[in-house]
Amino acid sequence: MANVKLRNVRKSYGPVEVIKGVDIDVEDGEFVVFVGPSGCGKSTLLRMIAGLEDITSGTLEIDGQVVNDLEPSKRGIAMVFQSYAIFPHMTVRENVAFGLTINKASKAEKERKVAEAARILQMEHLLDRRPSELSGGQRQRVAIGRAIVRDPKVFLFDEPLSNLDAALRMDMRMEIGKLHQSLASSMIYVTHDQVEAMTLADKIVVLKDGQVMQIGAPMELYHEPANLFVAGFLGAPSMNFLRVTVDAIDDHGVTVSNSALDPVTVAHKGRKFTLGQTATLGVRPQYLAPAGDDGMLHGKVILTERLGSETVVNVMLKDGTQLVAALSEDAILDEGTEANFRFDPAQAHIFPEVD
Amino acid sequence: MASKLTTSNRSGWLFAFPGFGLITLFIVVPFFFAFWLSLTNQRLISPNPTEFVGLSNYERLLSVGVIDIDPEQDENGNLLRDDNGDLVYPRVRTFTRNNPDFAGYEGMREWFRWNSGDTAKVVVATDVVFWKSLTNTLMFVLIVAPVQGGLALCLALLINQRLRGINIYRAIYFMPVVVSIVVVSLLWRFIYDGNDGLLNNILSALSFGMFEGRDWLGNPNTALGSIIGMSIWQAVGFHMVIWLAGLQTISPTLYEAASIEGANKWQTFRYVTWPGLRNTAILVLIVITMQAFALFAQIDVMTNGGPLDSTTTLVFQAVERGYGKQDISGGATISVVLFLMVLTISMIQRYLTREK
Repeated sequence: MANVKLRNVRKSYGPVEVIKGVDIDVEDGEFVVFVGPSGCGKSTLLRMIAGLEDITSGTLEIDGQVVNDLEPSKRGIAMVFQSYAIFPHMTVRENVAFGLTINKASKAEKERKVAEAARILQMEHLLDRRPSELSGGQRQRVAIGRAIVRDPKVFLFDEPLSNLDAALRMDMRMEIGKLHQSLASSMIYVTHDQVEAMTLADKIVVLKDGQVMQIGAPMELYHEPANLFVAGFLGAPSMNFLRVTVDAIDDHGVTVSNSALDPVTVAHKGRKFTLGQTATLGVRPQYLAPAGDDGMLHGKVILTERLGSETVVNVMLKDGTQLVAALSEDAILDEGTEANFRFDPAQAHIFPEVD
Repeated sequence: MASKLTTSNRSGWLFAFPGFGLITLFIVVPFFFAFWLSLTNQRLISPNPTEFVGLSNYERLLSVGVIDIDPEQDENGNLLRDDNGDLVYPRVRTFTRNNPDFAGYEGMREWFRWNSGDTAKVVVATDVVFWKSLTNTLMFVLIVAPVQGGLALCLALLINQRLRGINIYRAIYFMPVVVSIVVVSLLWRFIYDGNDGLLNNILSALSFGMFEGRDWLGNPNTALGSIIGMSIWQAVGFHMVIWLAGLQTISPTLYEAASIEGANKWQTFRYVTWPGLRNTAILVLIVITMQAFALFAQIDVMTNGGPLDSTTTLVFQAVERGYGKQDISGGATISVVLFLMVLTISMIQRYLTREK
């Protein structure tokens, strides 16, 4: 167990900078998820922590020690890869014990540690099989077993569930969550899947183009996104963005409107606005409700999708933008009808930038 | 039952005919022809009709025996010695020519001998040249297969790195492969030349004149070794490319996983690279073995089997007899023996390297 500190970490491939000064703290025993779209640099960052990519500038500390120039094996980390990276010619037992074999551990120690890892991952019955005889989920379990046996200070996961099918992914996600509870080690987990991020993380780091967009607890990011990118990235269906004009500004909030939206006052949370500027109003689909004449959003229903647990309604607003509303399962809105919606301004977000 | 393939497919068969025809004419027919010829006394051009002779060609080719020869004694039973003090033995001819006591060895000649006490054990064979060519070929295979395969793997490992200009090295190592083996053999004859050859000059320069030049191809002790060295050099690039292809199929994440586990260079090779090259290794081993058994061009150009049959090989003998001496049935017999040997060895290799 250990903490990990990244200070102004940068990475360049020639003239191209892919990690542009990142500061992240991972506390002892914390589960931190790096999330972001493809190409945001999250995997590169993880590989830099692992030592598989060198760090162009900045410092990386693990357990209080600067490890920038240390070999991967000396950093006290273990890594689980998306492609499992288990050795095809070895049995599960040999794979799990690989690190011990390399370090010439005694036979008794090997057996004890492999048995322990197998017990934690409930794969005692798989130990004598070869990887070709295992399913994807079982292979990933072997890879995690190999990581556990190393007894690392920090576990690193590089999109470990991306190669699994949906059902298995959910099972393994829960297993990794349980594993974190039972081992209480620090873990860093890279994914592009926001559900994994939301469910597993103590702390989420949202990355975009090699920069940290926001760091915080999952619900904090969900309810208080720092910017348009984070607001749009987390949550499904994603947040509705409406282009609005600032009509009035006071100490508490700004009043905004557009041709489809009646004036509404939203807390500005310290963000700076100028009168008359174009801004973006964000409202999550879950916080929209159908309304009668008191509704402040006006449009026409163009598509209704019944998912069972909820009904997702696509609305064409009067100004031409599309709005998605996630309503309760019994809400009936016929396609083609005029509809009004309302929302609680306290649950809306106003951003000065426009996408 | 007439299938669609055989009936309403005339144009298809027409298209296939040139290919089938050529394969049949030049591969299938000669293959079975060799078996048939080896059972006859057919000569390349002969007025006499061909006769079926059964297995007598094989018998003549393969018969060997060991004769115990005691040293000569005088009337008192003392062993005779020559001027150097060595024992004197009767000539082998006295046993193998018109000697009714040794009728089974009639017409055989000495291949080699060793001493057991004072008794000389003399191995005799009807066709000594065949046995020499067999041992030369086996020697060639046994040295070339591991050395060329190993060297090619080392080169492949070296050039499988991301370095500036690595393609130049790949090209250099591969160059001898694309040059005709005949041209290469001619060039190496100059290198091995006894009077003013490149190798003699280099060795002489490196040893500050201590090394006295030798005729590498003219000496029975060095001729085969010289051809082995040159043959390894010539084809090593080809097998390097096969190894390289194998190396590049190994997933880079396996290497990353190994480096995280703390594997050093040797352990990485032992646990990641080598197991990943299993199938490539089988391929390389079998290809080299077969190529080595087929050794001919180098011999034909560089030594013609000499000196003293020290570099003669099975394929060279097959060609030499079949066409040089017009003994086409003798050549066919050697070909069949070679075929059976290569087949057996390939099957043993397959068995030993099978998936367990």
